[in-house]
Amino acid sequence: MKATIVKTTIDGHEIVIAPPGEARGEVLDELDAEMREVIGRNVLLAKLEDLLKVDVVQAIINWAKRNSLWPATFGLACCAIEMMATVASRNDIARFGAEVFRSSPRQADVMIVAGRCSWKMAPILKRIYDQMPNPKWVIAMGTCASCGGVFQNYAIVQGVDQIVPVDVYVAGCPPRPEALIHGIMLLQEKIKRERIGKHREKEVP
Amino acid sequence: MATVEWEQALMTINMGPQHPSTHGVLRLILTLEGETIVDAEPIIGYLHTAIEKEAEFKTYHKVITLNDRLDYVSGMTNNFAYCLAVEKLLGIEPPLRGQYLRVIVTELQRIASHLVFLGTMAFELGVMSAFFYCFREREKILDLFEMLCGARLTYSYIIVGGVRYDLPDGWVEKGREFLRDFPKAWQELNELISENPIWLSRTKGVGVLRKEDAIAWGVTGPSLRASGVPWDLRKTMPYSSYDHFDFEVVTAEEGDTYARYWVRMLEMMESVKIVRQAIENLPAGPVLADHPWATPPPKDLLDKDMEALIRHFLFYGRGYPVPPGEAYAAVESARGEVGFYIVSDGSEKPYRMHMRAPSFIHVHALPVAAKGHLLADLIAILASFDPVMGEVDR
Amino acid sequence: MAETFQTTSDIERLLAIAERLKAHLGEEAVEEVKTHNGEVTVTVRRQYLTEALRYLRDHEIFEMLVDATAVDYLPLRGEPRFEVVYHLLSLTHRLRLRIKVRVRSDDAWVPTVCFLYPSANPYEREIWDMFGIRIDGHPHLKRILTYDEFPGHPLRKDFPLFWQPGMPVEKPAEEFEEW
Repeated sequence: MKATIVKTTIDGHEIVIAPPGEARGEVLDELDAEMREVIGRNVLLAKLEDLLKVDVVQAIINWAKRNSLWPATFGLACCAIEMMATVASRNDIARFGAEVFRSSPRQADVMIVAGRCSWKMAPILKRIYDQMPNPKWVIAMGTCASCGGVFQNYAIVQGVDQIVPVDVYVAGCPPRPEALIHGIMLLQEKIKRERIGKHREKEVP
Repeated sequence: MATVEWEQALMTINMGPQHPSTHGVLRLILTLEGETIVDAEPIIGYLHTAIEKEAEFKTYHKVITLNDRLDYVSGMTNNFAYCLAVEKLLGIEPPLRGQYLRVIVTELQRIASHLVFLGTMAFELGVMSAFFYCFREREKILDLFEMLCGARLTYSYIIVGGVRYDLPDGWVEKGREFLRDFPKAWQELNELISENPIWLSRTKGVGVLRKEDAIAWGVTGPSLRASGVPWDLRKTMPYSSYDHFDFEVVTAEEGDTYARYWVRMLEMMESVKIVRQAIENLPAGPVLADHPWATPPPKDLLDKDMEALIRHFLFYGRGYPVPPGEAYAAVESARGEVGFYIVSDGSEKPYRMHMRAPSFIHVHALPVAAKGHLLADLIAILASFDPVMGEVDR
Repeated sequence: MAETFQTTSDIERLLAIAERLKAHLGEEAVEEVKTHNGEVTVTVRRQYLTEALRYLRDHEIFEMLVDATAVDYLPLRGEPRFEVVYHLLSLTHRLRLRIKVRVRSDDAWVPTVCFLYPSANPYEREIWDMFGIRIDGHPHLKRILTYDEFPGHPLRKDFPLFWQPGMPVEKPAEEFEEW
């Protein structure tokens, strides 16, 4: 695989293709960068941090974040059907607080890239990711999203981590609903260990 | 008194590839006059996977795994059509038990696919509970498939020469149990949706596709039968022992969204009939034809017979050569006529594999049915054609 | 045994239809009529394609164009390189027929049939996109499956299987082989 960064134009959109695993998000909204600074200097949070220990506030906020992960609908192919089966009643994703699939990325926390992403779809994937406000995470569901999967050809992105930064990879073709739930639980573990407030800058990609 | 002249201004709106109601990554460029649709241009290709090109580099047996991912909601039928085309080139006919098993899994797959159709269409029109009921029934069918071949979505169960595995113990009992319980669930869904006044006002008279337009645009499957054409490949050009079974071709006259929905609902019950007949009359015998090199040898021979071991390795490793020629084979899937056109040059890999996908045509016939309707009706019309973008873009 | 779909009497009817087509168009229009594996294939010359399909639609009642695609025969036989294949279906007679047109690579175009069969519209765009065969008279000939700036026509035999944006498009000397 190549190790350089490629800039190309697809359907009129410009897109940056990174080596696998090294994609970085960029903030589409200047307002979002200001917001992050403001929250970093949030007076109430700072007061709470002084009053209680930092860890307690961090624990509470991370608990709230990880138990209400609202996914953005990004079902592309076969994995989308298994994602719908995970939402359905036998494997219930609502017990993790994630049954609210928001169509608008502006209201979503996590983007589950379910299915094979073609190069024609790649600029749209990047745009939806950029439109999500922080904090945001990405789960690459299925082998096609993780590494190109069965399809190593001219049309398929060999892993969406060339385009957006991915937090959890779920293997399977398609992964069983239990595997996707395991992936969501891994993401919950990751969120549990995140820093908040003024220590957060280092974490956001 | 001054009169106001309203200008006719046409508005172009993009219904983008990322959308909850477009059944996958379909992009529609809508030209609207107020709320009324003047034109809806579909732009596809967002899921193009180059499966046809990949198939030229893999042996005939390995291409079966690629085929599952084409129409991913109805995986068995892709394998079925492909295997029929390759069997035509090879000159193999599967044994009768294999043919009956193919019929059983295809009809169960049809029920599962129609349940996905119903669940998503109802979800998009506001009946959110139906989504959960449909997927609950679908899980029972997927349990049956998992017992049979180990996979829930991408089966690769139907191979050239027959099917891969015979029924395990207890499958027939579980199948009969499903066939006993499914009509009650169907009745539940019917009572919830079919007479609902909101459903009727949103689907009756909406998106009428006339018979001449349907045939000219190449529409097949339930969408064609809902426009009044009684064309069902299982009855008119029967394959794989479908002529042994007694079932009806469900047709409707109006050609609107409600007709397309109702045809699919009744087809689910016809499929139940076919599966019941097939299970009761299942003949004994092998499930896979015994061709010297184009079918894998039975597993129990592998540690007894040297020739079987060699045949096994050659089959899975090098593949099998198929006589040169070309063939087109089509089956009736849940969406329409799924066909495979295969050109062989005498080697172990297909020279050209082309899939004739029904949804490719239905998506392009959408503007014909949607002209003059409101934007909200477009969702109902699109859902009633039941497109799957995997087979549109291949 | 290979006649899974069409019986012997169907083959006879199709061959009779091919004879009538030849009589209608003239001897030099039809290059070849082949019967293989229970299917009948008629190869016509390009300038008679629209007339042949019009005759089949109106007089022999083949109402539906089921499929239209192309095949690249470069490594097998050289010129004429492409074959554009049309599959027709008759609902009233329950028959299938395949019509082929051979196209050279230096003269790669076929006339459009989307005025006869509207279902050919997306198929012809796909033929242009995948093979680079121009469709003369098509109302909206644009790429349909690949993105607009895609370099080349992917299903041609000299386009590599594994290519990613940023790589040069070159002849597959060491082609990506199945592992």
